[in-house]
Amino acid sequence: MTPIIEARGLSKKFVKRLDLAGKIAQRLGADIHEEIVHAVDNVSLSINAGEVVGLVGESGCGKSTLGRIIAGILPQTAGTVLVDGKDTADMNSTDRTAAALAVQMIFQDPFASLNPRMRVEQIIGEAPLVHGLTDRAGLSDYVDDVMMKVGLDPLLKQRYPHQFSGGQRQRIGIGRALAVKPRFLVCDEAIAALDVSIQAQVLNLFMDLREQFELTYLFISHDLSVVEHIADRIVIMYLGRVVEAADTEALFDDPQHPYTRALLAEIPRLDQRKRDFTPIAGEIPSPLNPPSGCHFHPRCPYVMPVCKTEVPKLAAQHDLRQVSCHLDNSTRRIID
Amino acid sequence: MKTQANIHKETPLQRFWSEFCESRIAVGALFILIVIVVLATLAPWITPQNPYDLAQVDVLDGKLPPGSEAFTGYTMWLGSDGAGRDLYSAILYGIRISLTVGLAAGVIALIIGTVIGLVAAYAGGRVDAFIMRAVDIQLSFPAVLIALVLVAILGRGIDKIIIALVAAQWAYYARTVRATALVESAREYVEAARCLALSNTRIVFRHVLPNCLAPLIVIGTVQTASAIALESTLSFLGVGLRQTEPSLGVLISNGFEYMMSGRYWISFFPGLALLLTIVTINLVGDQLRDVLNPRLKR
Amino acid sequence: MTVISVEGLKTHFLTRAGVVRAVDGVSFSLDRGEVMGLVGESGSGKSVTGFSIIGLVDAPGKIVDGSIFFHGDDLSKLSARQMQALRGSRIAMIFQDPMMTLNPVLRIDTQMIEAIRAHEKVSRKEAWTRARDGLAQVGIPSPEQRLRAYPHQLSGGMRQRVAIAIAFLNNPDLLIADEPTTALDVTIQAQIVHVAQKLCRERGTALIWITHDLAVVAGLADRIAVMYAGRIVEAGDTDDVIDHPRHPYTVGLLGSVPSANQRGQRLTQIPGMTPNMLALPEGCAFRDRCTHSDNQCSKAPQVSTDERGHAIRCFHPQYVKTPA
Repeated sequence: MTPIIEARGLSKKFVKRLDLAGKIAQRLGADIHEEIVHAVDNVSLSINAGEVVGLVGESGCGKSTLGRIIAGILPQTAGTVLVDGKDTADMNSTDRTAAALAVQMIFQDPFASLNPRMRVEQIIGEAPLVHGLTDRAGLSDYVDDVMMKVGLDPLLKQRYPHQFSGGQRQRIGIGRALAVKPRFLVCDEAIAALDVSIQAQVLNLFMDLREQFELTYLFISHDLSVVEHIADRIVIMYLGRVVEAADTEALFDDPQHPYTRALLAEIPRLDQRKRDFTPIAGEIPSPLNPPSGCHFHPRCPYVMPVCKTEVPKLAAQHDLRQVSCHLDNSTRRIID
Repeated sequence: MKTQANIHKETPLQRFWSEFCESRIAVGALFILIVIVVLATLAPWITPQNPYDLAQVDVLDGKLPPGSEAFTGYTMWLGSDGAGRDLYSAILYGIRISLTVGLAAGVIALIIGTVIGLVAAYAGGRVDAFIMRAVDIQLSFPAVLIALVLVAILGRGIDKIIIALVAAQWAYYARTVRATALVESAREYVEAARCLALSNTRIVFRHVLPNCLAPLIVIGTVQTASAIALESTLSFLGVGLRQTEPSLGVLISNGFEYMMSGRYWISFFPGLALLLTIVTINLVGDQLRDVLNPRLKR
Repeated sequence: MTVISVEGLKTHFLTRAGVVRAVDGVSFSLDRGEVMGLVGESGSGKSVTGFSIIGLVDAPGKIVDGSIFFHGDDLSKLSARQMQALRGSRIAMIFQDPMMTLNPVLRIDTQMIEAIRAHEKVSRKEAWTRARDGLAQVGIPSPEQRLRAYPHQLSGGMRQRVAIAIAFLNNPDLLIADEPTTALDVTIQAQIVHVAQKLCRERGTALIWITHDLAVVAGLADRIAVMYAGRIVEAGDTDDVIDHPRHPYTVGLLGSVPSANQRGQRLTQIPGMTPNMLALPEGCAFRDRCTHSDNQCSKAPQVSTDERGHAIRCFHPQYVKTPA
């Protein structure tokens, strides 16, 4: 089966170039350099139709950047994105538009992600009208239909975003994406900014829509418990690289990478009472100046000399399980 | 599905208006400004004299103090100037010209500045750097100097004054629009628009530009006031509008020679009118800035 | 020994659009060393409760009724100056944004030394030593160097540690923590909770942990109070509240938290929106979102407490067990 989305060796560098004054200062011996951030570093990922893949990591791990490259919002520095097995860079403009519409994105901030000067009808209806999915005459019905699908009252379509609550705004954002009939949704922390009771509503909506429209999700989150709930497969990133990828169940039952273990140990859970919080030490390093070798080595309890010099390969163990760590299975067992 | 909460019932315009009304001074200023604009617009129908029509102006009526009876029978409440023009009529006609020049210059500069600012923000790189350096250079000269030089080259007349004012002011708009557009372009709704495969033109003009309007309205008002002041300055210096079409600056300039001889009113009343116009526009502009600035929102 | 006792606290905000009853009759008390989780969604009044205790409610907000006793003294009877002396020495607060505590233009050492010397007459040298020890206690590596740093040179997690260190400088009897980990990453959140937990245990400091995240307080708190629309709707031992929630809102909130055993299933969601504080329904504020509400709920329910001290404000207590 051809994966619906495939990322091959994706990298993204953000370079902050020096301006003229900076260049002169540098010539004069000032300690300033071009700042390069390797936000995404050679990441490959393939997602089959109907799957829900969770992409988890902490701030600066590049999960949002990766999501934006896949959604076609950011250009990659290296690597290719394939939609239905075809490289988006080789497509003609018609195909490229179709591929772009097939992959849509849901954003974190329900306030910044809606144009404050547009009415809901325009927000949802603009793209379908431009791309000919509906005409002016049918627009009103089209928007009504989309609004009902995401649980909004169509009577509210003449209102502006600020007249809605956070949860409703997020529904508008989902409606805007659904209106162009996508097959793949990149959800970037799509429920993180909402209240707990509203999170559950939106999470349920995502699950209903998945069933109804046979959608495939890349669900980006910092919150493992949310991802555990919705995802079939989980990919864990740390400072731009994938450190572990596995089926949700396998990952939670038997986390292999020390970073995954730390994350799992530290998510707060309802069933743990009066626990002693025993955190993993250290800060998340700055992506501007990541540690050598395995990026996790300064915080890793099992660090070995090789970890400081060599980047571990992301090795497939069996089937879909991948781990990027110098510890081999036997060593890991001994540590347990 | 429940309907919306009551607090959000007011439309953005109603909300804007009720916030604007929080300052009594601004409301008062707006009222005076509206009165001034209405009087100036209706000038040909409500003034006893057309100061441009030489047939209606009599030199024998010259330099009459306020409240004097004119030769032709009506009362000159504000007196008359050296040429025998009724000051009340001349001031209303003068405000008309000053407002026209200020507004025309403001609107044209706004359009040109907005387009240039948007291009700079969206193109980025060298284009942006080039435009912004040009703006920096322009802004490092006083506006009045640029206008003076241009008027000296172009000559006098309403159209030339407007060109000079636009040239002196477009840079303010360009800089503001570029800064706002850069901030707005980084917002998620613009990313969403790109994700929906909308064209760049559409994103710039339908998504980014409408969200840059708030700061534009604010500097638009302030810059219009300063355009009026600039025009008056040029006219006062004698390089602006012609004597035959007196703007406020020309009127003040005309009366200046009589200041020391006790005929204060010839300069004083046009000066007062100019002051009122500019101060009220600025007060309204200040309140607009407070209401429209998201950083001051609670 | 009771450290703090809040009785019938009402803090209202008189806004242009109407009176917002942000806190509307909140009562609780805390003993030495006790940890209470104050849980609620946005607009529940949980943060305003914290600000009311420490006396930092800004206009148009005002404490209109109720009393707050700190070691038996009524705080409302204190002058602004006495309150100032109490704040930062015996009652301390940390915030979601540590920059609420930190001054961006002053070095950490200046701020910490000032914080000590504002409440105690000690030499700069001694204050500096205590500041350094304070930073070491919250797990900041090479504290001497960090003391010379400005806040912007530190990461978010580090800043929050510094804020905690400042809060503990004068050995407070009560620490109010207002969502201090909400903006932080999971591993950093665990570090911050760990530090606060450790220091409170060592010093016997009573802790009010204000949060929207039930899972965090489940692991941290001795007791939990759940707030909705300005009122505590359920309070009791952590185990009682989490395992045997009685109020339909708590039941719904717990059902909304995703967990392993419902993987791939729909969550039991609470319908409707978070309440609009200007248009609350009469009686029980939760009734328009509640599946159990009836005519009775148009009157405000009183608090009923069982023999275990598990209190709820509801006419229709639930008897469910949260699946573990």
